Amino acid sequence: MDYFAQQLINGLVLGSIYGLIAIGYTMVYGIVGMINFAHGDVFMIGGFIALISFLVLVSVGLTAVPVILLIVLLVSMAITALYGWTIERIAYRPLRHSFRLAPMLSAIGMSFVLTNFSQVSQGARVKPVPPIITGGYTLHEGDSGFVVQLSNVQIVVVITTIVLLGLFTWLVSRTRLGRDMRACEQDQTMAALLGVDVDRTISMTFVIGAALAAVAGMMYLLYYGLVDFFMGFVAGIKAFTAAVLGGIGSLPGAMLGGLAIGLIETFWSAYFSVEYKDVAAFSILIVVLIFMPTGLLGRPEVEKV
Amino acid sequence: MSASLPPSSPFQSNGSEPVGAAFILKKAVLSALVALGLFSLMVGVRTEAGQSGQLEYWTRFGELASLVGAVFVGSIAVELLRLWLGPRGGFGSFVPASVQSGLSVAGRYLAPALLIFTFLVPVIFYNQRYILDLGILVLTYVMLGWGLNVVVGLAGLLDLGYVAFYAVGAYSYGLLSTTFGLSFWICLPLAGILAAFWGVLLGFPVLRLRGDYLAIVTLAFGEIIRLVLINWQEVTGGPNGVSGIPRPTLFGIPLTPGEGGLAAMLGIPFSPTHRIVFLFYLILALALLTNWVTIRLRRLPIGRAWEALREDEVACRALGINITTTKLTAFATGAMFGGFAGAFFATRQGFISPESFTFQESALVLAIVVLGGMGSQLGVALAALAMIGGFELFRSLEVYRMLVFGLAMVLIMIWRPRGIVGHRAPTVFLEKSKSISSDLVKEGHG
Amino acid sequence: MSSAPILALENLTMRFGGIVAVNALSFTAQRKQITALIGPNGAGKTTVFNCITGFYKPTSGVIRLTHDDGAQFEMQKLKDYNISKQAKVARTFQNIRLFPGMTALENLMVAQHNALMKASGLTFLGLLGVPSWRAAEQSAIDNAVFWLKRVGLLDRADDAAGNFAYGDQRRLEIARAMCTGPALLCLDEPAAGLNARESGALNELLLSIRSDHGTSILLIEHDMSVVMEISDRVVVMDYGVKIAEGTPREIRDDPKVIAAYLGTDEEEAAAVMEAEA
Repeated sequence: MDYFAQQLINGLVLGSIYGLIAIGYTMVYGIVGMINFAHGDVFMIGGFIALISFLVLVSVGLTAVPVILLIVLLVSMAITALYGWTIERIAYRPLRHSFRLAPMLSAIGMSFVLTNFSQVSQGARVKPVPPIITGGYTLHEGDSGFVVQLSNVQIVVVITTIVLLGLFTWLVSRTRLGRDMRACEQDQTMAALLGVDVDRTISMTFVIGAALAAVAGMMYLLYYGLVDFFMGFVAGIKAFTAAVLGGIGSLPGAMLGGLAIGLIETFWSAYFSVEYKDVAAFSILIVVLIFMPTGLLGRPEVEKV
Repeated sequence: MSASLPPSSPFQSNGSEPVGAAFILKKAVLSALVALGLFSLMVGVRTEAGQSGQLEYWTRFGELASLVGAVFVGSIAVELLRLWLGPRGGFGSFVPASVQSGLSVAGRYLAPALLIFTFLVPVIFYNQRYILDLGILVLTYVMLGWGLNVVVGLAGLLDLGYVAFYAVGAYSYGLLSTTFGLSFWICLPLAGILAAFWGVLLGFPVLRLRGDYLAIVTLAFGEIIRLVLINWQEVTGGPNGVSGIPRPTLFGIPLTPGEGGLAAMLGIPFSPTHRIVFLFYLILALALLTNWVTIRLRRLPIGRAWEALREDEVACRALGINITTTKLTAFATGAMFGGFAGAFFATRQGFISPESFTFQESALVLAIVVLGGMGSQLGVALAALAMIGGFELFRSLEVYRMLVFGLAMVLIMIWRPRGIVGHRAPTVFLEKSKSISSDLVKEGHG
Repeated sequence: MSSAPILALENLTMRFGGIVAVNALSFTAQRKQITALIGPNGAGKTTVFNCITGFYKPTSGVIRLTHDDGAQFEMQKLKDYNISKQAKVARTFQNIRLFPGMTALENLMVAQHNALMKASGLTFLGLLGVPSWRAAEQSAIDNAVFWLKRVGLLDRADDAAGNFAYGDQRRLEIARAMCTGPALLCLDEPAAGLNARESGALNELLLSIRSDHGTSILLIEHDMSVVMEISDRVVVMDYGVKIAEGTPREIRDDPKVIAAYLGTDEEEAAAVMEAEA
């Protein structure tokens, strides 16, 4: 039971990270109908920028951890958002009205560019950082001596995720921008005719998605204490899996899917085998899609004849 | 849904702004500022784990400055180029229509010329091992591209895990030959059949899915196969792979020095090049087989049903076409060719490991198919030549190679989103075969 | 020849969530006749079509088809592709669904898929190019040519269907449906968007399909001139139920029909109907 509780905590924390990335996929898919293959790499870039800004801040003599974290968060969100904006501008906007496979290939190309850009600029080796947030709480000590722990990092990850999700939900449901985004999702031509700046709205979608991915990248750095140039690929596929699992296009679905993938992965590692955790996640994706072709929260597709 | 606006729609602001020196300069400054933001930390600061494992960093402001400068100059150059090419001269209009139609005319002569040249490559470049190896590599990708073309180009099903079938073929031959001592010529059909079997196995449950769902499931399947290959150590050898895979024989006659080898039987001195040349013609034969079968299939009801499926699935159902079996046959046919190519890859390398079957391979083959112009056999061959050949040309760039490759992929898609050969050739005609503009050809929902 | 009607609907009901699109609808379509299904927008006509042709599975009810030789099919039980393959029902679509990137000839070849598939020995004999396959292919081409000529598109056989003018696309779609060799042809608004001349040619074509080829026709149509001129029987639907059935003349004078079309102001409605007819 204790072991289970511990895995549940770990799974939820991992799931929060996947969920944050998945929102970027699902938003972009909802509004422009393409799989943004480079999004996993945007997450990776976010992790790198968090790492570098952290190093710089520490070396200039800042010691207050909350201040450092806040600055790192803002800096990585800002710069990564700029990446999101630039990618859309260069690789996707010229192909917006093109046929379906072209933007996908362009996105795959962009993903290669980002992966190799960070390999070239920051080297191929794994970058470790010492634990930034230490300590934690012991929730329960079992008879067998197994201890259920909740570390401070886990608390930070979950709280940051919840706060950002709240902010994000407010943004989408209550602001002008959110309304424009939902309008573009429904019908771009009509939205444009009603005075919505479609280009700007789509740009903002990429910016917000990238900013959330940057948060995920920073959380990953805090939680695992390392980044490397290749981490975007696997995390990206899993986050996309999460988005599809939750029902692509659905924002709560993305978070739910993220949590589901995080839990599946953690529990599979804990009870079966670590080696096959990704196989488990992907297999469940396939099974879910076979029985629920539009994911957990996706709207059923009505076939028009 | 996003395809509803024509490219010249008033909702796109590009190209309608006034263009002058001030505008160009403003744009260049903005681009440079964006570049400064992007590269400030990623390039301006370099991190590396130091001696004690502690992470250290140092600054590279020189590099940063030159990159930002390059973006500034580049932006001006692009704007000037646009100005020079006309007011609407985006990347999209770089190719004049004459080149487009010229290509389809040249296609009639290009294909046979290419084929003859390919046959002569081992003769012309007999002593240049590098070129022969490159030729074999290009032909392998031509074959893979033609195989995937059946699935993506003809049936319009988006398969992002094609490499899985390549892997199944390679491991089928690798394991069957090293464990049971079966010869290449027995394993080759087996590899194809096994890959097709896996294609059906995957296809049966998932082909009901549409569009991007199918894409992600096939991607997941490709990853599953790779992860199983890595982790199922007892059978697959795990990350170490399978080594000592037998080299192919000319129907039983080994291409080895000494007694019983082909050279000795023919009474000519042995040379290791014989094997390379043999491999070259082997993959050429396999690729041509793929091509022949595909061309034949297109003219048969099954091939036409594939293309009809790509055009309109609902209409197919109304005409009594069983969608599921039709999709499955496309999937299995593509997988089978992938399996053949995999068996060839295994025998050529003599060693296989999961590293050769990553998503990058799937993406590369897909890029070849899309760049080729979906459904066009010649286009796919040209695209494979351009991509693999180009990739080799950039070998000197070393670590920058994948960077350039990715950038090239983006630019090519912007330049020619519908591929090199933008026409579809009809499969049957009464009077005259008129090629069909790709604007009319659909790309499928699967 | 069987004396049963070619198509009989018994208590067909189709619900989408809480909405009842078709409610306990029963009617028959007689053999070798043209039956028109009319009604205001949203009456549920296309839903009925989609049930008959297998795109929707009805919530309840029976759709029975009887071939000339007496073979019966309960369509709600058939898989979608078997409705064309076994029950021999062909259809066209309200928003034309041709294969735009394929030539007219290719479109008609795809329509003969099942016959050709058999002739090609499930592809294997076809790959080898055996003579029996070649003969079958030639006869399929001949059949396609026949129908292209019939709809007046023979000279455009090698052009992409997507390049055809609207009216030509409509006729090509009918030719494609006929290439499947149907016992019942279902047409969803075949005259929509046609000019008077094209509409007249369509009437002629449909009448000839009925009398020269012995194919029964069920059609949804808004254009009253078409309905009145060529239908043998008319079924009127409104709000998912049948409100009238009879010969065109009977329907034209039915006050319920007039009310359904134009609200309750029957006098005005009658005047418009008169003018249209």
